Amino acid sequence: MNEIPKRTFAQKYHLKTIFWTLLFLLLLAGSSVMTGVNWGEFFTNLNQFFVLLEQMSHPAWDYFDIIWQPLLETIQMALIGTTLGTLFAIPFAIVAARNIVKNPFVRGIIRFILNLVRTLPDLLLAALFVAIVGIGPTAGVWTLAVFSFGMVSKLFYEAIETIDEGPLEALRATGANQVQIIIFAVIPQVLNHFISYFLYTFEINVRASTILGYLGAGGIGVYLQRSLSAFKYEQTGVIVIVIFAAVIIIDAFSNYLREKLV
Amino acid sequence: MINKKNIWARYQWLVWAVVIIAIYLWAFLGLDFAGIQESARKVTSSIFYGLFHPDLAYVYNGSGEDLLSLIVQTLAIAFLGTFVSAILSVPFAFWAARTESNKHFHPRSTSGKFVLVFIRTFPEIVLAIMFIKAVGPGSFAGVLAVSIHSIGMLGKLFSEAIENMDRGADEALKAAGGRKADVWLLATFPTILPEFINYTLYRFEIAVRSASILGMVGAGGIGTPLLFAIQTRSWSRVGIILLGIIIMVTLIDWLSGSLRKRLV
Repeated sequence: MNEIPKRTFAQKYHLKTIFWTLLFLLLLAGSSVMTGVNWGEFFTNLNQFFVLLEQMSHPAWDYFDIIWQPLLETIQMALIGTTLGTLFAIPFAIVAARNIVKNPFVRGIIRFILNLVRTLPDLLLAALFVAIVGIGPTAGVWTLAVFSFGMVSKLFYEAIETIDEGPLEALRATGANQVQIIIFAVIPQVLNHFISYFLYTFEINVRASTILGYLGAGGIGVYLQRSLSAFKYEQTGVIVIVIFAAVIIIDAFSNYLREKLV
Repeated sequence: MINKKNIWARYQWLVWAVVIIAIYLWAFLGLDFAGIQESARKVTSSIFYGLFHPDLAYVYNGSGEDLLSLIVQTLAIAFLGTFVSAILSVPFAFWAARTESNKHFHPRSTSGKFVLVFIRTFPEIVLAIMFIKAVGPGSFAGVLAVSIHSIGMLGKLFSEAIENMDRGADEALKAAGGRKADVWLLATFPTILPEFINYTLYRFEIAVRSASILGMVGAGGIGTPLLFAIQTRSWSRVGIILLGIIIMVTLIDWLSGSLRKRLV
């Protein structure tokens, strides 16, 4: 006869589940204390939030005449920033790819640097670059360049690692050197992926670039900050709606191009 | 006719090249690159100096305003915000998920997706400022901003998980005579739970990054002292905070990554 499998003590009393649940509840309680959560206050003051939302939902449309220029500047910043970041990312991605550079030590160092760059959030970079180059769109371009560099380089080296090894071996067998292999075997295989990832990063950067101006890094964010600090929420409303429209149009355009590519 | 096609095929690249060059020219000429501060080089080297000579006294001094307590606070904002957002996202996900037909336009699903895109695009710092108006400056406003903003992305990921889930268990329960609540509780929910947790952890990684900058508008966490240190040009303070953020994000990414690997 079959026996019922014996359960260990831990299994019998669901110790693991209880442990994780308790830990989770403890973390939740700790976080609530740390952040001073006060739901009572939240619900009594929630109408404040809706008052602002209501003011935003009556946009002052004539403000559009002022902000379309900075909106275009935002898109220009995103485009140049993404391009710079991508150009810098390509050599790093090639060195970080497992099937190109066999030396794990070199790869490790490059990946470590890339990981470090990726940890920095966009607004933090913006604050640093505003301090370095001064207030204006140049700081935004540098911010987006560094921000997209971290993201693109990872996407790129992962794309390179999935390529077909055949052409590489064929070129190696005919006596090609490393540079020739990269140009004639690696790049043609990943070019479409690269362009697709470039467009994807561009989409993300357009979203990111709209708030960089909040810290003085150019673009429409400057006006966002101005309207918020002047309590002119009907202007903030226009900006949010305009950003929304621009993001949707650019996403649709970029999606269309990416679908054509793949 | 054939000839015409050939001409288009042959010169297509030229059209693309002209368009791309025109776009880049527009972008380069439109931006005002002038006005890089003369001190740029000095500031850069000061930042690197600060990174290598961090203000170690700031790490912990027991005042509650030091690096460690603020990093814990940042993590608390991200954790609580993501938790609340994960719960709020579930109804949005079921709203936006397209389940039965493959029609291009599905009123419920399309409207849900549109709402999610709008939440996603609504700038997080604007949300933070709106919540600061409601509950006052501090990390609670940050928690609220993260909880609402994350719905945009979590709702989208959750709804995609629902669209792609395996409906076998659902059908089995329906066939065995289960009520709607039974089907949901015993089949749908257990099937999608691992994926929901996976996406929530992923979103938590992103929330940690955004919680560390929300302080720049006064919504708690490490962002406030960082912005203050940059503005007062105390570079060794900037250095230690940057190191703190880098270590925090790296650790969280690693932790969440290993948890997610065990989950899948």
